[in-house]
Amino acid sequence: MAMAALRREGRRFATPLISPNPANVFRSSLIPSEEPVLSGVRCISTQVVRNRMKSVKNIQKITKAMKMVAASKLRAIQTRAENSRGLWQPFTALLGDTPSIDVKKNVIVTISADKGLCGGINSTSVKISRAMHKLNSGPDKENKYVVLGEKAKAQLVRDSKKDIELVMTELQKNPLNYTQVSVMADDILKNVEFDALRIVYNKFQSVVSFLPTVSTVLSPEVPKLKDLVVHYVSFYSESGGKLGDLDLYEIEGAETKAEVLQNLTEFQFSCMMYNAVLENATSEQGARMSAMDSSSRNAGDMLDRLTLTYNRTRQASITTELIEIISGASALEG
Amino acid sequence: MFRHGSRFLSRASTMRWRRPFSTDLPAEAYKDSNFVEAWRKAIPTVEPPSTPSAFMATRPATPSSIPSKLTVNFVLPYSSELSGKEVDMVIIPATTGQMGVLPGHVATIAELKPGILSIHEGNDVSKYFVSGGFAYVHANSFADIIAVEAVPLDLIDPNLVQKGLTDFTQKLSTASTDVEKAEAQIGVDVHSALNAALTG
Repeated sequence: MAMAALRREGRRFATPLISPNPANVFRSSLIPSEEPVLSGVRCISTQVVRNRMKSVKNIQKITKAMKMVAASKLRAIQTRAENSRGLWQPFTALLGDTPSIDVKKNVIVTISADKGLCGGINSTSVKISRAMHKLNSGPDKENKYVVLGEKAKAQLVRDSKKDIELVMTELQKNPLNYTQVSVMADDILKNVEFDALRIVYNKFQSVVSFLPTVSTVLSPEVPKLKDLVVHYVSFYSESGGKLGDLDLYEIEGAETKAEVLQNLTEFQFSCMMYNAVLENATSEQGARMSAMDSSSRNAGDMLDRLTLTYNRTRQASITTELIEIISGASALEG
Repeated sequence: MFRHGSRFLSRASTMRWRRPFSTDLPAEAYKDSNFVEAWRKAIPTVEPPSTPSAFMATRPATPSSIPSKLTVNFVLPYSSELSGKEVDMVIIPATTGQMGVLPGHVATIAELKPGILSIHEGNDVSKYFVSGGFAYVHANSFADIIAVEAVPLDLIDPNLVQKGLTDFTQKLSTASTDVEKAEAQIGVDVHSALNAALTG
């Protein structure tokens, strides 16, 4: 609703009535002979400026309100994101972090917001997703997108419509919870064939900084999954001693190792997604807050400038009138 | 008088937000150099994105002698119950049975079933009822336990458990479709595990 109002204000703002350079308006109205329509109507220029001041004031009110809303939402969601950060770490410790893995079927899961007016986070996700697409493209390779959120969809549909496999929107209608996210993750796993899932999201760092991040989840069928565990040695320990590959782990649970690995990767995906979605939602609120803060400030600056022009014009017209009267009187006297 | 109020407020708030999260890492982060190189070559205009390992602490290598304590991370979607806590022993409800983990345990991946997770630290024993998940024991005496839901055992009401158990047993006997049957079976499993946890 607030956004619609903002758009309306914006349109009013852009009416052709106001010339791009307001100074011209004032000058032309001060010399009535040039504008026959305005002749004798001295206050028209101040009227225009007054209208504009009013609309700027309204915009400022809206952006301030949006900032407040974003700030209160941010506080709630930030704690949740913070608490979910432990969730994915065991998986990365076990299976490693493998952004450079080279597989045939890549699925890029782009996480974005449903609403705009939140700075650059949506376009960052899209930019990174496109880059991932480019990075992993090649002959006999397949890249697909799974898009979460209205904004990334709008941007990706433009140039890579044929690559979009699945679109999900209105994620944040209800507060995010694990059940909901795991159902969604399940949906993705069921409907998309993949060797590697790459989740692209903005990790929240502070209200003004977000880190575009890519998490990789491998399919249990990837034959390399096993060897991979050897590769992340350097990450795992500073001394370079490796903990060994998955073969060294005793597996307790289902009948076969493959089954356990399947469960494991599915669980990994849902956990990674849960954290990613929360981080992105937090980044969205943070970005919206700072964007709205700066636009309220800009509106304030603009209002100051307009007030100055308004007062100056008014004063100028009064002065002109006085000069006219005085010079007229002195002409009569003389 | 209040002109500068907003400035103070914003300063206070940024200060709060600047504070890094406890799970976050300071400066030196690991990056997959292959990935960064390939990225720089293919897409020179965009900075390479971070990867999850940049945000987590590196873990020590397997020590030559068995350490005296087990380091446990116990996480839930909505909180980190234990993070890097050193304890004497944990007992994990694996699908194959209760599994005691002491320092120096062989590296294991275990699926969890609904049951009691108990954490022994000196003479203190804290018990949780977990609904299911995974547990990894690494060779360097680190144990990661991930559960979807966990509650301390003393928060569970025995009367409600009994009631739920009878309800679901009834449902199981009357269930007609496969889905209903599976749902009732899950209910019975969870409640009987709860019941066993409370009585035993």
